[in-house]
Amino acid sequence: MAKVIKGRTGDWEMVIGLEVHAQVISNSKLFSGASTNFGSEPNHNVSLVDAAMPGMLPVLNEECVKQAVRTGLGIKAAINLYSVFDRKNYFYADLPQGYQISQLYHPIVGEGTVILDLEGGETREVGVERIHLEQDAGKSIHDQDPTRSFIDLNRTGVALMEIVSKPDLRSPEEAGAYVRKLRSIMRYLGTCDGNMDEGSMRADVNVSVRRPGEEFGTRTETKNVNSIRFIMQTIEIEAKRQVEILENGGTIDQETRQLDVANNTTHPLRSKEEAHDYRYFPCPDLLPLTLEQSFVDELAKDLPELPDPKKERFISELGLSAYDAGVLVAERETANFFEAVAKGRDAKLAANWVMGDFFGALNKSGKDLADSPVSAEGLGGLIDLISDGTISGRIAKEVFEAMWESGKSAGDIVEEKGLKQISDTGAIEAIIDEIIANNPSQVEQVRGGNEKLIGWFVGQTMKASGGKANPGVVNQILKAKLG
Amino acid sequence: MSLDRSTVEKVAQLAKLAIDEDDKDRLAGELNAIIGFVEQLSELDTTGVQPMTSVVEANAPLRADVVNDGDIAEKVLANAPERVQDFFAVPKVVE
Repeated sequence: MAKVIKGRTGDWEMVIGLEVHAQVISNSKLFSGASTNFGSEPNHNVSLVDAAMPGMLPVLNEECVKQAVRTGLGIKAAINLYSVFDRKNYFYADLPQGYQISQLYHPIVGEGTVILDLEGGETREVGVERIHLEQDAGKSIHDQDPTRSFIDLNRTGVALMEIVSKPDLRSPEEAGAYVRKLRSIMRYLGTCDGNMDEGSMRADVNVSVRRPGEEFGTRTETKNVNSIRFIMQTIEIEAKRQVEILENGGTIDQETRQLDVANNTTHPLRSKEEAHDYRYFPCPDLLPLTLEQSFVDELAKDLPELPDPKKERFISELGLSAYDAGVLVAERETANFFEAVAKGRDAKLAANWVMGDFFGALNKSGKDLADSPVSAEGLGGLIDLISDGTISGRIAKEVFEAMWESGKSAGDIVEEKGLKQISDTGAIEAIIDEIIANNPSQVEQVRGGNEKLIGWFVGQTMKASGGKANPGVVNQILKAKLG
Repeated sequence: MSLDRSTVEKVAQLAKLAIDEDDKDRLAGELNAIIGFVEQLSELDTTGVQPMTSVVEANAPLRADVVNDGDIAEKVLANAPERVQDFFAVPKVVE
């Protein structure tokens, strides 16, 4: 849904495009054999190629090429069998080459599509313009010394995919959903870990505003925004700022800006006189990259089931709601866990338990799925006991808590604590007879037509049985005796 | 195509070169001579000819994704004008 900004002079609509920089998962760098490991000692993951020593030549990492192609296939994009690396020239202390090797004119991946999962199970398609491969820059640390910046080149030359969306996004929520979906797809593919805290994914945010349905306005680009929350914040701030300027008769400068989180504002990154002129040209150190269609087909064959088809399957084959299916497929690990729980069982019941008590306990304990004290098998065992009538849903919650605490199986806990549901009609009848005998006035009222009081009898019976009486049987007997 | 003094200034600025006032006209002349020389190529009709990227008919060689380089911080930092622990130390660069 397009988000409308109510201005003094009428409605305005946001137009948003994102350039997402996603770090490729690979052992070594895009053009050198140095490690990509995060958090190593400064300047230890640096080869003489990365340090741009004279005479060093880049050699392309095959796995990085494969990862870009996989990512392209994951968003149903055209794969370009011919692509070329270009030099983007600029000077910065953490860019020893004096240029970044990128792909301007012939990117490896062309147009694709990302399907957004919006609130209420709604979906919307957003176009991807291209994905190209490029080198990451090093890291500058500015806050350790009053007069100097410290430079660590470990990240220099690590492969990035720049994923450029079309200007199809219309609200901060859509932008958030877009980044979440891209991250989910890349995690399924194993092409980017999507860890925004470590800078594995960051975005340049392009924002403009226009009167609904009219031509695009002039856009600004806010650089290097490193969380989904900040991306959404940037869009809010920029759109409001631009509307304010336009309504006061001003014009928007096409410029690069930076988010200032502390002051909830953006400010220009550099003045126009210093505007970059990158003087792109084909990198003479690298031949064009030519791929065989069979290379692409081979990769396509090995792709895992991705979130969209998986969600579709959860809805059509397992009967889940669009919302539940969307939540369960967002992370590959969660989807696998759910499928293991649901296998051969009531899928809806499994979904309720995974998303309800299980996620609740995970969140509360701050644990990851991998460290959960209750396994998929364990949770499945609990669901089996509910399905075959051994325990009631209410008792199951108590059993689940005990499983989480002790790591024991549901069956053992039910046995130890004597929580087996009482379905034996005789035993339940005995309890009910006693309650009826002790509460003649309530019995009178029910027989007089106050049917709501039946619920009170159910409650009393459950209480007297320690919650173990089968509620179905209790209802049946009560109706027979009081009806 | 002819190149004037202000273009020389712009190119110098992009290349982070400091050029003396006195040299600018001379450099403009030299650059114009170079461009003039190269422009002879435009006499050829290259319609429909793909740009040549290499004199050898070869595909880009690819490397396997293995870590076989790096861990040479001493070599990498050997020419650093200034160094703090294993970092390069440079004049502060905050935009």
